[in-house]
Amino acid sequence: MSMATRELRASFAFVERNFNLTKRYWGWEVAWLVYSLAAALAVAFIGVAQGDTRLLQVLVIGTIFWNFLSIVFGFIGETVTWERWEGTLEYTFMAPVRRYTQLVGSTLFAVSYAVIQMIVILVVMMLFFGLEFTGGNFLTAATFLVLGSISFVGVGMMAAILPLLYVERGDQMVFVIQSVILLFSGVYYSTDVLPDWMQFVSQFSPGTYVLDGIREGLINGTPVTELLHDVWPLLIMGAVLIPLGVKVFGIAERYAKRTGKLKRVG
Amino acid sequence: MIEVMNEPKTRTPMPAPTREPVRRVGPPPPGEQPAMLIEHATKRFVVGRKKRPVVAVNDVSMSIRRGEIYGVLGANGSGKSTLIRLISTLLTIDSGRIEVLGHDVERHEMAVKQLINRVSVDAAFFKKLSPHENLAYAARLYGLDAGPARTEAIRILARLGIAEKRLNRPLEQMSRGMQQKVAIARALLTSPTVLLLDEPTTGLDPRSKLDVQAFIEEVRDTHDATIVLTTHDLAEAERLCDRIALINDGRLVAEGTPDELKALVASQHGGEPTMDSVFMTFTGRSLDDDHDDDENHDE
Repeated sequence: MSMATRELRASFAFVERNFNLTKRYWGWEVAWLVYSLAAALAVAFIGVAQGDTRLLQVLVIGTIFWNFLSIVFGFIGETVTWERWEGTLEYTFMAPVRRYTQLVGSTLFAVSYAVIQMIVILVVMMLFFGLEFTGGNFLTAATFLVLGSISFVGVGMMAAILPLLYVERGDQMVFVIQSVILLFSGVYYSTDVLPDWMQFVSQFSPGTYVLDGIREGLINGTPVTELLHDVWPLLIMGAVLIPLGVKVFGIAERYAKRTGKLKRVG
Repeated sequence: MIEVMNEPKTRTPMPAPTREPVRRVGPPPPGEQPAMLIEHATKRFVVGRKKRPVVAVNDVSMSIRRGEIYGVLGANGSGKSTLIRLISTLLTIDSGRIEVLGHDVERHEMAVKQLINRVSVDAAFFKKLSPHENLAYAARLYGLDAGPARTEAIRILARLGIAEKRLNRPLEQMSRGMQQKVAIARALLTSPTVLLLDEPTTGLDPRSKLDVQAFIEEVRDTHDATIVLTTHDLAEAERLCDRIALINDGRLVAEGTPDELKALVASQHGGEPTMDSVFMTFTGRSLDDDHDDDENHDE
């Protein structure tokens, strides 16, 4: 069997495993979906209350696509925490699987899961508020979704290191990172309203470019070719953060093996 | 010949096996590649707020022949599980070296991972998933085709008394004994050259324990696997192991066949020719004595 076949099978192991876990935890999946829907609707009603259709569109796009990006980030960033909680971390790390193979499998599942949830929320929002993105450029939105996924996988990979290094506090740190990205990326507002120092920081969040690009595409119908100022940062972040994340994760794994932290459960 | 390792000494070849003539017991003769070679392995940790250094495995050397069941016996905190983790590539070694079929665990990590599998004291599963789903995950991780792997899993589990209809229920609904059997089936599914059994029967009820022990014997007789077994159970060690190494405070203090160890204790120390006596003689304490120093880093 070729190495590529072996790695592909191993990669599919994570897709299938996560699918099976989602199936088994179906009650929680329903609960999370209801929560996400309720949160999205609650935010969107702010736009309704203001009687401002554009604000409603901005909020709906923000809430739906932030949900997508945070799912991708969460799945990757909490990989170690999740396995540690299940008690399978050592088993998975002992298997003859390369980390990038694990990353590919986890990403494939995370993106598929996030897309399904995004579609459900989008459909409900459109039905609820009669929203139509007439004239919207869906190709632009799809392009930014792909680019956003790549860059968020990179950020997630970097974040996933924390639970390896800090057994008890790592997961909390991942949560804080996610919160900071939410604050600085202009999920529910334009980053222009942020103080100068926050605007400066927001340049380093991939969420800023993803949300700006999707809003431009869906609300104004802007083609992706006119949004290169948002495309380039995402390409660079993806190209840098993913290999860097795999590399740094390897270093962190080595550290965990040296100090015995793979075994620790808290 | 037995080896007592209170002081470093030159290793001498073991005599031919007497219990089962067809089995190869003892260190590999010159020219034969050992299934596992451990030379002066040392692992230290720092523990507690004061960052106190603890030597969990201290200059341990052993050479295990292909097809052997090699027992590692020691009290809680003696370094048994740390040794297993070093072999499993789950810990890095501070000094010395460990080879599995000639592959260094540090330099050829992926090759070693292909050759080994481990059953730990706590069956490491996704408990919400069924045995079938857990085994499919394991099969794919090791590059196996899920279809044939499922057939093989059904066969192994049937041998262990788990019916096919149980394969689709969540593992959390199974007893610990059942879970441990599934863990062994999962390990065997990947046809490991070296199977590491880290206290596989600890905490099991007597019936499950006997089932698992019988299955280990069957594996020994039907698979070309070398088995390293850590255990607290002296009777289990005597029943299953071709040779036994006693570890105390991270050091290898004695090594030999069960009969050799018992004979040595009886002749040189005046003790009863039992494994209990062997254990007390070489470790100076009972099995239940915990060892505070490295309990955070397992045994």
